[in-house]
Amino acid sequence: MFDRVQITFLAGLMVLLIIVLELVRRRKFREEYSLLWIVTVVVLLILSVWKGSLKLIASALGILYPPSALFVVGSMFILAILLHFSVVISSFKTKNQELAQRLAILNLRLEKLEEKMSGETGSNSGKVGRK
Amino acid sequence: MQKIVALIPAYNEQEAIGEVVNDVRAYMPEADIVVINDGSADHTVERAKASGAFVLDLPYNLGIGGAVQTGYLFADEMGYDIAIRFDGDGQHDPAEAHKLLEPIKNGQADVVIGSRYLKTGNGYKSSFIRFLGIKLFGVITSCIVHRKISDVTSGFQAVNRRVIEFYSRDYPSDYPEIETIPLLHRAGLCTLEVPVSMKERLAGNTSITPIRSVYYVAKVLLSLFMGLMRKRTITNNTN
Repeated sequence: MFDRVQITFLAGLMVLLIIVLELVRRRKFREEYSLLWIVTVVVLLILSVWKGSLKLIASALGILYPPSALFVVGSMFILAILLHFSVVISSFKTKNQELAQRLAILNLRLEKLEEKMSGETGSNSGKVGRK
Repeated sequence: MQKIVALIPAYNEQEAIGEVVNDVRAYMPEADIVVINDGSADHTVERAKASGAFVLDLPYNLGIGGAVQTGYLFADEMGYDIAIRFDGDGQHDPAEAHKLLEPIKNGQADVVIGSRYLKTGNGYKSSFIRFLGIKLFGVITSCIVHRKISDVTSGFQAVNRRVIEFYSRDYPSDYPEIETIPLLHRAGLCTLEVPVSMKERLAGNTSITPIRSVYYVAKVLLSLFMGLMRKRTITNNTN
């Protein structure tokens, strides 16, 4: 019933799915970022099991050899994943910068506050400062 | 009395920073001096503190835009009325700071930029690549704002309260001076150039190498055009 190329795809995709789910289970991979991976694997699984769907896509795209259509669809999903991660990284960079800036400002304000406090408490100044 | 803050971004400027801070204080005793240490690996922080400046110490290198913006965020938070920027390497002469501050104080402009290419400035020598870049971006930004801007890369700037708030909301990352000109123009803020002379660097090396300059030209061009295509309102990046 399944030919060799189907079995190859099936096995590979199952391994990938298990790895992704296992990473999520171990909290090494957050659910929100794993979702696109899971959708990708599931779509590719459906296409490799259900030959008719793959033939339909192949003929629609003008691809002679149906399994090649699997690569096309797979590449599109991988591009989507990469794009998604680029956006996520950019947003991290922005947030990261804001944190660093806030940290620098708060540090300076704290330093000045500590100086002022130790000035006011006079003889106790030694105890107010950093340990 | 308007509260003035001098912002000095510094990255590995231990040789120059003390002198820069002292120079600024000599000419602007009324101003608070804030050195923004952009993750230096040397003794920039210690030298700046020893010379009596406030130090905003960034935990790692953010690049010039992120560092300068930290200064504006601080100025915004602490309620300063005017912020003036000096480079940490001593290129900008505090003796000329009054030229930038006067038009801000009497409400002539929101931003005053010290230009080394306006007539009366001295003959500033810069490398050919830098000169080309400045010319290219000068032409582009001048077209965008429909006005001749002679020195688009000058970081020697004084700004008023409105611009402090504007910059703390949104400030570009690399060569921010170029990108801010169209942004200011579109926000309806008034920029003015005054001639200044720039000194040779006291110490340290310029960060510009040929490969980097290609990257920066491409990046700044992209940022400029993207900036034009964005909506007028500058939104905060936090979401």
